[in-house]
Amino acid sequence: MKFKTLLTSVATSVTMMAASSTVSAQDLEITVTNLTQGLYFTPIVAAAHNGDTKLFSTGMAASPELTAMAEGGDISGLVSVLSNADANTVENPAGGLLAPSTSTNFMLMNDEGNQYLSFSAMILPSNDGFVGVNSWMIPEEAGTYTVYVNAYDAGTEANDEIRGSGAVGEAGMPVPPPLEAMIGMNGTGVTMSETNMVVHVHRGNLGDDDMMAGKSDINSSVQRWLNPVAKLTVVVK
Amino acid sequence: MSIHLFNKKTALTLALAATLTACGSDNDDNMPEPPPQPQPMEYSYDITVLNLTHEQPLSPITAVLHSDGKMWDIGMSSSVALEKLAEGGDNSDFISQESVLANASAEGPLMPGLSETITITTTDELATHLTVATMLVNTNDAFSGLTNLELSTLDVDASMSWHLNVYDAGTEANNEAEGTIPGPADGGTGYSMVRDDVDMVSMHPGVVSLDDGLMSSVLTQAHRFDNPSLKLTITRTK
Repeated sequence: MKFKTLLTSVATSVTMMAASSTVSAQDLEITVTNLTQGLYFTPIVAAAHNGDTKLFSTGMAASPELTAMAEGGDISGLVSVLSNADANTVENPAGGLLAPSTSTNFMLMNDEGNQYLSFSAMILPSNDGFVGVNSWMIPEEAGTYTVYVNAYDAGTEANDEIRGSGAVGEAGMPVPPPLEAMIGMNGTGVTMSETNMVVHVHRGNLGDDDMMAGKSDINSSVQRWLNPVAKLTVVVK
Repeated sequence: MSIHLFNKKTALTLALAATLTACGSDNDDNMPEPPPQPQPMEYSYDITVLNLTHEQPLSPITAVLHSDGKMWDIGMSSSVALEKLAEGGDNSDFISQESVLANASAEGPLMPGLSETITITTTDELATHLTVATMLVNTNDAFSGLTNLELSTLDVDASMSWHLNVYDAGTEANNEAEGTIPGPADGGTGYSMVRDDVDMVSMHPGVVSLDDGLMSSVLTQAHRFDNPSLKLTITRTK
């Protein structure tokens, strides 16, 4: 009887060791590559977090924090959400906009329990388009992992594709430099309404070929895209 | 009795064989045999491409074997050899690059909906990586393919398959204008040494077409494409 108890306690401690090794801290080297020819990514937020935290969910209405990011590139709300969930967060690793066909590389060390990786950034020019990965489970095994990433529409603002504001609730697209010199003007607006009000895969920019008039201020030959628009490379050390 | 005799004979034969072997061994010391001729190991791969587009013929499928090194990458400037392939479908420079150890090309273009297999073979032990490339010919400078695939993990008779996306060589503006597109939609010029675009490789944004409001375009709705545009299968046969 005493012997059996001893065996059980040994087995339990082995199990606990195994369990703790699956959730212990990992060193992650992360690269986000903008694969497009004509889109810019606003400051990126990337985080390792628990299973209850989400930056966005397709098919669900955008949170106020996601809306601020997708309409104006403001990641402060998402950073607060992550901070409250004890996530390991990296803010703005590219130090501003991530230009077309460029990469940013950064390290992230996740705490025990923060087994999911997410990142997001607004895409410019767009009204409320963003790129992101939601809750990608970080592999236990060391190695290099690649995830191709699509563009989403937050479903919070009409895609009028004309110059405007990045403030939540205000129409039009934010056009910080260098975008202000790259897009057209005087567009009359592609649409006034947003019928799909949940997070969904972006239908792409329409654009037009008239930089001084037309429906859209977006250049159709340069600032459209096909998915994927980004590549996430994660090296698990 | 007969069994006993048989056993004796066998024993004798074995003893004789042992003696002969010993003699042969002695001779080896005096007259070494020439070393066996090394048989070069041959590696061979079947490369099958299926054109998944609606109306984008592919320029002759091109495969090259080389040592470790990418022939393009996102954000990198295209080589002139790649520019010629991506703007005009002409692979003659691409297959004669200094780094190329073996090459294979299809005879002609690959039409939409069709597939084709080419075979590439080498005995060169340094030919450890594969690159496959082709142009979407009804575009300014769109191409697809796979570069620097390491072949060492591929066993004989094993195969791997991919659905491939479309790159933009970044060497020619996507104006879709008359005279700039070499495919049957236009019959225009292929390669031009002028670089009037971003001068770096990216994923392709797709063609706009006249039907979608690009007034300078000779392309129609039929020439639009989406990712993926090719299915590629590689099978090692030797």
